[in-house]
Amino acid sequence: MGQGRLTAVMGPSGSGKSTLMHILAGLDKPTSGSVEVAGEEITTLGDNDLTKLRRDHIGFVFQFFNLLPMLSAEENITLPLTIAGEKPDAGWVEQVVSDVGLTDRLEHRPAELSGGQQQRVAIARALVSKPTVLFADEPTGNLDSTTGHEILELLRQAVDEREQTIVMVTHDPRAASIADRILFLDDGLIVRELHGASSHEVVAAMEDITA
Amino acid sequence: MTRFALRGILGRKLRTALTAIAIVLGVAMVCGTYVLTDSITAAFDAIFASTYRNTDAVVTGKRAFSGSQNGSSASPSFDESLLPKVTALPDVAAALGGVQGDAHLIGKNGKSIVFGGAPNIGFSVDPTQPRFNSLTLVKGSWPGPGQLVVDESTAGKKDLQVGQTIGVQSRGPVQKFDISGIAKYGAVSSIGGATLAGFDLRTAQQLFGKTGQLDQIRIAAKSGVSPQQLVAEVAKILPRDTQVKTGTAQATSDANDTTDFLSFLQKILLAFGLIALFVGAFVIANSLSITIAQRTREFATLRTIGASRGQVMVSVIVEAFAVGILASLVGLFFGLGLAKGLFKLFDAAGLTLPNNGLTTETRTVVVSLALGIGITVLASVYPALRATMVPPIAAVREGATLPSEPLDAIRGIWPAVIATAVGVVGLAASISLKPATTLVTIVLAVVFLVITLFGCALFPSRTVGALVSFGLGFASLLYGLFGSGLGATRVLLFIGVGVLLVFFGFARVATPLIPGLSSFMSPVARWSVFGLNVLVWPFWTFPYWCLRYGIWGPGRASKRVIAFVPFVLLGPVLLVVGIASTPSSIGLAVVGGLYTAMVLVVLVMAVRKRLTSWAPEWPADFPSVVPDRSTTRVGRENARRNPQRTASTAAALMIGLALVTLVATLASGIIKPFKDAVDQLFVADYAITAQNNFDPIPPSAARAAAKVPGVVAIASVRGGDGEILRNGQTTLIQVTGAEPQTSRVIDMKWQDGSPTTIDHLGSNGAVISKAYAKDHDLVVGSPIVVLTPSGSVLALKVKGIMAPPTGGSPFGTVTISSSAFDAHYQQPLNLFTFVKMRGGVTDANTKALDDALKGFPNAKAQTRQQFKDNQIAGFTTVLNIIYVLLALSVVVSFFGIVNTLVLTVYERTRELGMLRAIGMTRRQVRRMIRHESVMTALIGAALGIVLGLVLGGVLAFRVKEIVFAVPWIQLVVFTIAAIVVGIIAAILPARRAARLDPLQAIAYE
Repeated sequence: MGQGRLTAVMGPSGSGKSTLMHILAGLDKPTSGSVEVAGEEITTLGDNDLTKLRRDHIGFVFQFFNLLPMLSAEENITLPLTIAGEKPDAGWVEQVVSDVGLTDRLEHRPAELSGGQQQRVAIARALVSKPTVLFADEPTGNLDSTTGHEILELLRQAVDEREQTIVMVTHDPRAASIADRILFLDDGLIVRELHGASSHEVVAAMEDITA
Repeated sequence: MTRFALRGILGRKLRTALTAIAIVLGVAMVCGTYVLTDSITAAFDAIFASTYRNTDAVVTGKRAFSGSQNGSSASPSFDESLLPKVTALPDVAAALGGVQGDAHLIGKNGKSIVFGGAPNIGFSVDPTQPRFNSLTLVKGSWPGPGQLVVDESTAGKKDLQVGQTIGVQSRGPVQKFDISGIAKYGAVSSIGGATLAGFDLRTAQQLFGKTGQLDQIRIAAKSGVSPQQLVAEVAKILPRDTQVKTGTAQATSDANDTTDFLSFLQKILLAFGLIALFVGAFVIANSLSITIAQRTREFATLRTIGASRGQVMVSVIVEAFAVGILASLVGLFFGLGLAKGLFKLFDAAGLTLPNNGLTTETRTVVVSLALGIGITVLASVYPALRATMVPPIAAVREGATLPSEPLDAIRGIWPAVIATAVGVVGLAASISLKPATTLVTIVLAVVFLVITLFGCALFPSRTVGALVSFGLGFASLLYGLFGSGLGATRVLLFIGVGVLLVFFGFARVATPLIPGLSSFMSPVARWSVFGLNVLVWPFWTFPYWCLRYGIWGPGRASKRVIAFVPFVLLGPVLLVVGIASTPSSIGLAVVGGLYTAMVLVVLVMAVRKRLTSWAPEWPADFPSVVPDRSTTRVGRENARRNPQRTASTAAALMIGLALVTLVATLASGIIKPFKDAVDQLFVADYAITAQNNFDPIPPSAARAAAKVPGVVAIASVRGGDGEILRNGQTTLIQVTGAEPQTSRVIDMKWQDGSPTTIDHLGSNGAVISKAYAKDHDLVVGSPIVVLTPSGSVLALKVKGIMAPPTGGSPFGTVTISSSAFDAHYQQPLNLFTFVKMRGGVTDANTKALDDALKGFPNAKAQTRQQFKDNQIAGFTTVLNIIYVLLALSVVVSFFGIVNTLVLTVYERTRELGMLRAIGMTRRQVRRMIRHESVMTALIGAALGIVLGLVLGGVLAFRVKEIVFAVPWIQLVVFTIAAIVVGIIAAILPARRAARLDPLQAIAYE
C-alpha cells in the first residue's frame, strides 16, 4: 500500500475486500502469505504484540462508527491515548478536533450527534494516535451522500496535508474516486488497478468485473 | 479505563440497579444480623451489669455440674444463716441476701401474663440497701409485705396501675398482691418479653418456697479491698454446697446461656444472609454474562483502538467493584432497618428480644462491605474473562456474536481431572487437618472449592463436568452426614461444601434439560397463568379496565360513562365476598386495597398526562383470560433458545426453593412422627401443661387436678438435668420422674420389662430408652450412677428398657420414680401431667378440670388433639421465621429474573419490533414475555423442589428422629408462589417490551 497515499479497495460482495482489510490490520490471520506494517511482520505476532501494534500504528474508522455511547465526543477521541497510558498532547488533540470540525461539539454524547458528526469523531479518534496506517471500512456506508462526501474530504485532507496512509474498503464508486489508487478484487484476486480515476471510470471498471 | 468502566455503570442505570439489588439484600441481611445480635448482646450486658451493680463478690449455691439453666436445675438455695457470717467479715462493707424464682403475674383475663417464651422472673428487692438495687422506681413506692413492684414495660403493655391488686403464682396457688410501684430495670429500655416482679425478702422467700433460704448473697468490699481479696476471704467461711465469685465473673457465667443462644442465633441468621449472597452471586454472574454478550462490539472497538486483554478485563472488574461498593453501602444502610425488622419479626413470632438501642460495631461494617464487594468482584471474574475473549474483529461484524468461553483453550480431560483432583484433595485436607483457626479452614476450603469448580468446568463435555460436580457434592454431603468422628464444624463444612457443589452441578446439568423442561412447562405455565387470571379477573382486571375505559377509552364521553357502572356495581359485590371470606378482615383488606390501588394508579396517570407529554397506552380490547397459544409458543421458544441463560436464571430461584422445600420436608418429617407418637402414647383423656406449652409447672397444679371427681388415673412426668457416670466419664442427660399411675395414661412399648415396671421404680429403680441401652450395652439389672444438680449421687438399677416411637416420648434418657426425683431435686417441676377421666373427654370433665386449675393460671388442660396442635405450634412459629428468612433469597432470585428479562428485551429489540410490525399487539408482547418469565420460574421451582426433596430424604435417612414425608400442600403453595414470582417479575420487562415503537425497534442499531 502506498505510503502517504489513499488506497481504495473495491469489489463486488464476497470478493474478499473486507477479509483483505482484516488481514492487513491484523484482525484476522491469513492461511498463507505475510503482512508487514511499519517494517514488522504481523502475521506471526501474538495477542500482546498485536495490541501494541494497534496502539502505535493502526487507526480504524468503521461503517457504524463504533463510538462508546457513555463517553463524550472528546473522551472518545482521546480514548486511544488514555488506553495506551499516554498523556494527550493538548495542541495536537485541538488540531485534530478542529480539522474534523468538532470544536463546539466536544461535550456531547454520541447519541446527541448526527451520523456525520459521529463519523467525524471516529476519524479524529483514529488520527489522534498518529497511526502509520488508517483503515476505513465503508466509512460512508451509513451516511447520506452529502455527509458522506464531507467525510471523504476529511480523509483526503489527512492524506494531502499530513501524508497519512489510508486504506479504505468501499463499494461506493464516488468514495473510491477520491483515492490515489484503486484496487479491484474479485474472488480474492486483484483483477484491476486504477490511479486517480473518476467515479465514472470506477463504475465502468466495476461493471466490467461483474459482467 | 476506570472512567470508561464507571461511565458504563451510569449508562446502564436500570441494569446496574437490578444487579445491585441482589447484593444489597444479602449485605443487608449480614449487616442486620450483626446489628441485631450485637444489640441484644449489649442489652443483655446492660441487664447483667445492672444485676450485679456495685457487687464485688457473689455467693451462690454450688451446682454439681452446669446444665441447662431452667426450672429445677438452677443453682440450689442455701441456708440464710450464712448472711450474718458474711456480713461480719472484716473486709465486707455490705452484704445483701436475695432469692429469685418464677413469678407469673396473672392478667385481667385470669391467665398468666406471658410474652412468647420469655421468662417470668420474680426476686427480692431491698430498698434499704440501694447500692445493690438493680431496679429504679418509676412510680409508687418499694414493696412491703403483701406488695410487689412490676416492671414498666409489662405494666405499660397490660395497663397495670399502682394500687391495683394482682395475682401472682409461683410454686403454689395464686396469691394476691398490691402493686406498690412500677420500676425500671437499670438503664435498660427493653428487657424483651420478660416480666419482672419484685417483693420484699420475706414475701419472696415464702412465695418461692424458700423460707429460711437464700439464692445469693451480694457483697460490696470496703474501699481498698480488691474483689479477688474479698473472694478469698469469703471462700474461707463458705459451707461445702456454696461458692463465691467476683461480681464480674458471676455476670459472665450468668450470661453464658444467653451468649450461647446469641451466638447460635447469629450463626443461623448469618447463614441465611450468606445464602442470599450466594444466590446474589449467581444473579450477578448471570447478568454480567448477558451484559457482556451485548457489549461485544464495545469491547471489540476498545481492542481495535489499542486496549489490551488485561485492560478489558480490568474495566469489567472495576465496574463490578464499583457496583459492589455502592450496593454494599446501600446494603449496610438497609441492614440497620432490617435489624429493626428482625426485632419485630421475632416479636410477632412471640420471641421478644431485649433491646437497648441498635449497636453498630466496626466489625459489622468491615465484614458486610468485604463480603458484598468480594462476592460481586468474584462473580465478575468469569464474565470479565469472557469479555477478554472478544476478538477485535467483532467490531466490524454485523450483530453481536457470543465470545467463546475463556476455558475453551485449556479445556480437556486431563486438565479437568487434574484440577478437580487437586481441588478435592485440597478440600478434604483443609477440612480434615487440624487448622490454626476456623477462619483459616474456611478460607482454604473456599479456595479449593473454587479450584474444584474450575476443574469441573474444564471437562470437554459440560454435562460430564456438571455430573462430576454434582457427584462430588453429594459425596461430600454424605460423608459429612454419615462420616464418624467428625466435629460439628467439620460436619457443617462438609455439608456446606457438598451443598454448594450440588447446586453448581445441578445448575449446570440443568442446561441440556431446558428444552425438554420448557416443552413440559409451557402448558403448565399457560394453564396456571390462566387459572390465576381467572381468579384475579373480577377483583382487578375487569374493574380496572372499566375505570380506564371510562376515562380514556375510545368514543364519546357520554357513552364511556357507562363503563363506570360495572366498576361501581362491582364494589358492593366484592365487599360481600370480602366479608364472606375467612378471616373477613383480610378479605376486606384485600378488596379495599385493590380498589384503592386502582384509583391511585389512574390518578397518577391522570396527573402524568396533564403535566407531561405522556399518554396512557390504551389497549381497547376487552380483557380476556383465554390463553393465547401463538404468543405462548413464541414465549416458549424464547425460553428454549438460550438454554444456558434460562438455566442460570432458573438456578437462582432453584437454590431458594430447594432450601424452602428442604425445610418443609424436614418439618413434615418431624411433625408426622411426633403426631404418630402422640397418637400411640397418649391414651389419657387430657394433658396439663404450661400456658406456653413447654415451661415446667409446679406439681401443685397436678395435685389440684387429682382431686377432681371422675379422675380415673393421673400421672405427671417430672423433668430435670442430670449427669450420668459411665466409665469415669460424665454425660449431661435429661432425667425424668414417673408417677405410680404412668402406665395407665401412657401406652409405652417395652423392649424389656413389663408395662407396669415404670409405675413402681422405688427408690433406686430406673428405666432407660432402647437407644441408650444399645449404645452403652445396658441390660435389665445393670447399675447406673446419676448425679443431680444439687449434688446427690443416685445409684440406680435398670429395671426396664422402653422402646419409644420415632417421634419421641415424654421421658428423658433416664426415668426414675417421682418420689426418688422429689427427694433429690430441689423444687421439682412437672413437664406434663396426663389425666384419664370417667367418660373420657366430655364438656363436664373439661369444665371440672378447668375449674380445678383456676388457681394455677399458668396451667391448662387440653385434649389429645389440642395437645398435639399446641406442641407443634411453637415449632411452626420457628418454621415460619425460617420461611421468612429464606424468602430473602427468593426475592434475590426474583430480581435475577427481572434482570435477565430486561436484558433479553433489550437484546431482542429488533426482533420485538419485527413482531410488532407483522401485527403482534402490545398485550401479546406482554404475554409472550410473561410466559417466558413464568416458565423460567417454574423450571427453577421444579428443579428446586426435586433437589430439596432429595436433600431432605438424605437428611431424614441420617437423623433417626426424622422420617421422610413429602409435604404436598407446601409444595403446591411453593409452586404457586413461583408462578406469582414469574408473573410479577415480568411486569416491568413486559411493559418495556410493549412500549417499543416498532419503527424505532427495527431501525435500532
